[in-house]
Amino acid sequence: MLNSGINVLFEGINMQRLLMGLLVTARVAVFSIIIGCTLGTIIGVIRTSKSKIIKMVFRIYLELFRIIPILVWLFVFYFVLPADFNINLDAEIVSIIVFSLWGAAEMSDIVRGALISLPKHQVESGKAIGLNTIQLYWYILIPQSLKRTLPSAINLATRMIKTTALLVMIGVIEVVKVGQQIIEHANLKNPTASFWVYGFIFFLYFIMCYPLSKLSQRLERKWAS
Amino acid sequence: MTKKFFKNVFALITLSILVLALTACGNDNSSEDKGKTSSIDAIKERGKVRIAVFSDKPPFGYIDENGKNQGYDILLAKRIAKDLLGDESKVEFILTEAQNRVDVLKSDKVDITLANFTVTPERSEQVDFANPYMKVAIGVASPKKAAISDIQQLDGKKLLINKGTTAETYFAKNYADIEQVKYDQNTETFEALKDGRGAALAHDNTLLYAWVKENPDYVVDIKSIGDLDYIAPAVKKGNKELLDWLNEELETLGKEQFFHKAFDEVLRPVYGENVQADDVVVEGKSK
Repeated sequence: MLNSGINVLFEGINMQRLLMGLLVTARVAVFSIIIGCTLGTIIGVIRTSKSKIIKMVFRIYLELFRIIPILVWLFVFYFVLPADFNINLDAEIVSIIVFSLWGAAEMSDIVRGALISLPKHQVESGKAIGLNTIQLYWYILIPQSLKRTLPSAINLATRMIKTTALLVMIGVIEVVKVGQQIIEHANLKNPTASFWVYGFIFFLYFIMCYPLSKLSQRLERKWAS
Repeated sequence: MTKKFFKNVFALITLSILVLALTACGNDNSSEDKGKTSSIDAIKERGKVRIAVFSDKPPFGYIDENGKNQGYDILLAKRIAKDLLGDESKVEFILTEAQNRVDVLKSDKVDITLANFTVTPERSEQVDFANPYMKVAIGVASPKKAAISDIQQLDGKKLLINKGTTAETYFAKNYADIEQVKYDQNTETFEALKDGRGAALAHDNTLLYAWVKENPDYVVDIKSIGDLDYIAPAVKKGNKELLDWLNEELETLGKEQFFHKAFDEVLRPVYGENVQADDVVVEGKSK
């Protein structure tokens, strides 16, 4: 009885649909992670600035993305902007924008934390050998702080991958939604379908997130030596 | 510090709204465009009518194992495309969730919503409904072993509800004292009932009939509570042109008994013999 549900995965083009859904998930996640981490690193460096105004502006940006749920941001960008301001964007583009902004906000705090945690003598020695500010960051501070950001950055990346399940709320048909469509259609004849479909989705998420964990472990080991 | 911080946040929000308002004024066609993106001319020019449908609510709107949209709503959507643009393939299905059905119209994502959309006074303020093509009431499904046949039996128990449905509004208004567990998606709500996370599940009775037919351990022992509701296509508020066209179309379809045929084709196999066509079908006449 329980096994009959597994056939649902291979009926018609169901498998192909699930993998297409996975592609959508991966596309949004990968673009957002790349844009978010790059932007976040830059903002993180800027946030170590002494200027109060700059600090405050970016602090507010970070807090806005921390306090307001991602779902609300998705709705604002997808439904409120078109209805009130006539700015109409494709759902997937909206997802990438929101996820990148969220990723950048969180990443900036991680990078800032790593930068200010570096011993003060690193800055002072850099200045002593005549490096200017850009050189100081590029050759001394950023390489060292990147090591420290790695665990949190990987954590952020896997969180972003998993949060893509929210995208269905603005009509992006990603892997979880495809799964639900398949379950709802099969449920009438095959009540155990949900077990197998969700099980398979779990496996798909796992093969997306696990390599990231492995990569981080390897990098940490490599940099430690 | 916190007071100052909130002041700052407030200032930033005001500022960003201002900036957005300004950029919106930049492309000043915004006011002109309202309603026009979905005018009949615009649809004809585009060559596709965009219709919001469900993708996981058999038998109204779902996707079969070949990735094709199917269901009662879909039959009507294809017919609309055929009569409006001359070919039933000239329809673009925008897959939607129950709680987004109003927003997709408001934000011009679609021309028509055809997603088992129940007419309510609150919704009528936000969108324009055409003539109905189905009628429905709220039902309550429960396990056979502990069947709920009266609302009073729910005292002290949990009732499972889907967000954005008429059942949610009805129970919030009339039975606020019953503990209600709400889910975003149909799949989750029915899973919750199977997992025993609630004693019963309230939803449109038609959806429940179909579900219990395939899940014989459950029964719909409260078949109809609240008022009889109608299900109708909806268009963006103020899009009178498309609304009039839809009403005319629905009446023409009514004369040829289109919806009885649609019932026989997609609903009867799902509901079984417990439900008659006249119980759920309305032939496109205004109420």
